[in-house]
Amino acid sequence: MRVTITPEIVAEHGLKPDEYDQILRVLDRAPNLTELGIFSAMWNEHCSYKSSRVWLRTMPTTGPQVVCGPGENAGVVDIGDGQVAIFKMESHNHPSFIEPYQGAATGVGGIMRDVFTMGARPVANLNALRFGAPENPKTRHLVSGVVAGIGGYGNCIGVPTVGGEVNFDPGYNGNILVNAMCIGVADADKVFYSTASGVGNPVVYVGSKTGRDGIHGASMASAEFDENSEEKRPTVQVGDPFTEKLLLEACLELMAGDAVIAIQDMGAAGLTCSAVEMASKGGLGLLLDLDRVPCREAGMTAYEMMLSESQERMLMVLRPDRAGAARAIFERWELDFAIVGETTDTGRFIIRHRGETVADLPVDVLAEQAPIYQRPWTPTPPLPHLAAADVPDTDDPGAALVRLLGGPHLSSRRWIWEQYDHMVMGDTVQRPGGDAAVVRLHGSRKGIAATTDVTPRYCAASPREGGKQAVAEAFRNLCAVGAKPLATTDCLNFGSPERPEIMGQLVGCIEGLSEACRALDMPIVSGNVSLYNETRGVAIPPTPAIGAIGLLDDIDHMATIAFKQEGDVILLVGETSGHLGQSLYAREIAGRKDGAPPPVDLAAERRYGDFVRGQIVAGNVRTAHDISDGGLLVALSEMALAGGYGCVLALPKNAGPPHAWLFGEDQARYVLCVSPDKAPGLLSAAGARRVPITELGRTGGRDMILDGRLIQTLETLRHAHENWFPDYMEG
Amino acid sequence: MNSCVIVFPGSNCDRDVAVALEASSGTRPRMIWHGDSELPACDLIVLPGGFSHGDYLRSGAMAARAPIMRAVVAKAKAGTPVLGLCNGFQILTEAGLLPGALMRNAGLKFICRDVFLRVENNYTLFTRGYGPGQVVRIPISHHDGNYFADSATLNRLEDTGRVAFRYCAADGLINADANPNGSLNNIAGILNETGNVLGMMPHPERLISHELGGSDGRAMFDALTALVQCA
Amino acid sequence: MKARIHITLKKGVLDPQGKAIAKALSHLGFVGVEEVRQGKYIEIDLAGSDTQTARAGLDAMCAQLLANTVIENYSIELDA
Repeated sequence: MRVTITPEIVAEHGLKPDEYDQILRVLDRAPNLTELGIFSAMWNEHCSYKSSRVWLRTMPTTGPQVVCGPGENAGVVDIGDGQVAIFKMESHNHPSFIEPYQGAATGVGGIMRDVFTMGARPVANLNALRFGAPENPKTRHLVSGVVAGIGGYGNCIGVPTVGGEVNFDPGYNGNILVNAMCIGVADADKVFYSTASGVGNPVVYVGSKTGRDGIHGASMASAEFDENSEEKRPTVQVGDPFTEKLLLEACLELMAGDAVIAIQDMGAAGLTCSAVEMASKGGLGLLLDLDRVPCREAGMTAYEMMLSESQERMLMVLRPDRAGAARAIFERWELDFAIVGETTDTGRFIIRHRGETVADLPVDVLAEQAPIYQRPWTPTPPLPHLAAADVPDTDDPGAALVRLLGGPHLSSRRWIWEQYDHMVMGDTVQRPGGDAAVVRLHGSRKGIAATTDVTPRYCAASPREGGKQAVAEAFRNLCAVGAKPLATTDCLNFGSPERPEIMGQLVGCIEGLSEACRALDMPIVSGNVSLYNETRGVAIPPTPAIGAIGLLDDIDHMATIAFKQEGDVILLVGETSGHLGQSLYAREIAGRKDGAPPPVDLAAERRYGDFVRGQIVAGNVRTAHDISDGGLLVALSEMALAGGYGCVLALPKNAGPPHAWLFGEDQARYVLCVSPDKAPGLLSAAGARRVPITELGRTGGRDMILDGRLIQTLETLRHAHENWFPDYMEG
Repeated sequence: MNSCVIVFPGSNCDRDVAVALEASSGTRPRMIWHGDSELPACDLIVLPGGFSHGDYLRSGAMAARAPIMRAVVAKAKAGTPVLGLCNGFQILTEAGLLPGALMRNAGLKFICRDVFLRVENNYTLFTRGYGPGQVVRIPISHHDGNYFADSATLNRLEDTGRVAFRYCAADGLINADANPNGSLNNIAGILNETGNVLGMMPHPERLISHELGGSDGRAMFDALTALVQCA
Repeated sequence: MKARIHITLKKGVLDPQGKAIAKALSHLGFVGVEEVRQGKYIEIDLAGSDTQTARAGLDAMCAQLLANTVIENYSIELDA
């Protein structure tokens, strides 16, 4: 059936009138519906980064450790000894809001495919989650579904979920964020890319069959599908982790040989994006015969097949003489394997279906001539510094501490991570709950540390400082376990880029991230952008989530946050000015949401972080914790709770207002803990490197004591810290 | 020691247990595909953890009907030691080599955490490395670990010392608070009548060295290795 | 022929999912729900037309794979 393309149909495909005019110009004719669908998939924000690309280009993406930066399925970083780490973080926000279990599950499945598509075995998953206010009636259901979905997928496939972060904020009531990160490891000479080469090589489809999952523009298509419209309505994508496990093993088995020329995961608009990208990168054309595509349902149209988002599928270009052996591997794993087309030298993307050519489009136009926008933006107005004197002091820091540690922002996330298998694969040497998770590189003494970080309230107050802080906190979390930071991935979650103030947040955050990544030698090697996260004109807080990895040369020289024994000396690294603006104390205890966020001194971050890591690697320090949300007293409490030892602290003479000293969120700070015999050496080493260091007290007992006064018992703190989440979820 | 690890589609702790076996015995186990129908001569068969066939239908149900299982059942009946861990335990019950069933956790959620186990019977091939009533720390990681058997079966297990491990508190006390999944009588692992088949939900292969946070699991693999070397 | 198979937990076997559903129903304000038991429903399309053979085959399928008779009962409906 021939459908006439009307302005309404164009609009329902998310294309602007001028974008459609551009299509008419380059084709010199009107597209048919299938072709329009293909354009909409290739030219949408998700695929083309049309609003963000000009800014993404300004980010630092290179360095001696970078093997492959953005543009492939995931970033590739050298980790020595002939191995690489391949990693990426990606958003699955909207699907998770619609159907939390399946949305989150397929997000995890998708990011793992991005990693094993490149030849890496996934070794760790992380996730960064943002939910609405706890009291929002939808929140509990969304938390429950998202966590179960992440666990359901990762646990089944057998990749440990080792870390992540969770925030609650009313700004996410209508738009939750589910950002999933996966890290894989491959041999450096066995990395696979998506650049097709050669003419007449078979294009091979493997994995699950294609169904009508998640097809876009379908409200329009319903006009076309008059009969059985109920059956044909787009469905929620459903993840099948069992099939993905088989696909993972089959792909890695195939990749051990030399059959694969190019490979691409079928993610968003699966068949379209994967085929066009492989052809475009190779400067080739591609011919697809849809009659050979394995389908789950009879009677699927070309439009549906090209836009289907069915999961657990891959497209590959193989050496013709290896296709038979490849087929045998996939058949043994009981997966579909079909030669669905071939590479050509025409530069055109030609699709045949039921004996007809249903699309004939220029590859380079689809992939490279998507519109690029320099969207207008207005900078976020800076907020004045909030003086500590303007934030009410508390006469009971212990009560404030209980409220913070026993509230939505800082309570233990055990309820979440106990639903994730975080130990499968037998290499998890630092489990969730610390600064960064660490997985051993299988069969070696080395380890990869990983963390995800961003503080959205800082980003909202100052996108630039917030962007810097996200990277700085990731850097600190890696240094605090003894890992050398290597590289980052990012998920840039924002509202509508068509609003100048939102665009201003995006620009500010990118500038901040970029500055910090340069200063801390953590280039961005992969990532994604998720825009239009808003409901009825209310945008989410700017949330540039950072995922970062680091390397440990010897996992025996690793630090954890737990106090290890009685009588150890507790030391504070870094400077404390008592910055309360945008702190959790100001928000939650004093009810102040104003003020600039803490400034980030990247040179100090670098110097102090290098010092802390150096001491851990040298074997001098086994206990370290970065100071972030909630400030010093929260950090100390977390260390005490993790180890089961209390501490006896003394306020330094020049500390200033106690509430600012205890709860301020100054950056570039760590708490270290060493036995008394090691303390003098540590103090002099810090002095030699111009690193401020202050003795705070000693570990011991079962309470938190400050200047001879009981702040709180560990028992009370533990009760508050551990129970908030399960109690909340019980409802 | 010649051991065989059976690999089902969806097994995901096969490598982990192979590493543990090799660490104790110095010999790499043979990995046997579920579609094979014969087992080589061996001293130990392990059914590993994971999600065989996605845990679809019921955990372990489809794996228990795999071609290799006829050979496993035959070897088990002939006295070869068989160890089923987590999904392996589920498969053993579905295959009828062990009584009872593993149902959805009472809390309905997947649980991954270290738990304490009391060694209820240390006169077995698998548990000789532990002391009587010793409390060990071993992780669990499952959604369907809630052990059920009818009361006659349960009594038979209890009366004949076939409960190998029970969930307990750190001090060894058996109570409801220490029961992570609702298992009857806090049962974490059981033996067959002849004592050569052990199924348990916890994962001893996950705690075999200090880097991983503990080594209480190692004694099981050491004991199995020593047994073969003595024989 | 189309077979409809219902698999239910045996009486006396604890059904935590059923209990959770019952609790959720009462939270939603449905009164009078005394007990909920969750089961499985499986449809099978069968070739052939001999219902007796079909029934015997289905019975074997249930006993050997579809149901775990340690904890579950099953019932078979067959549309000729």
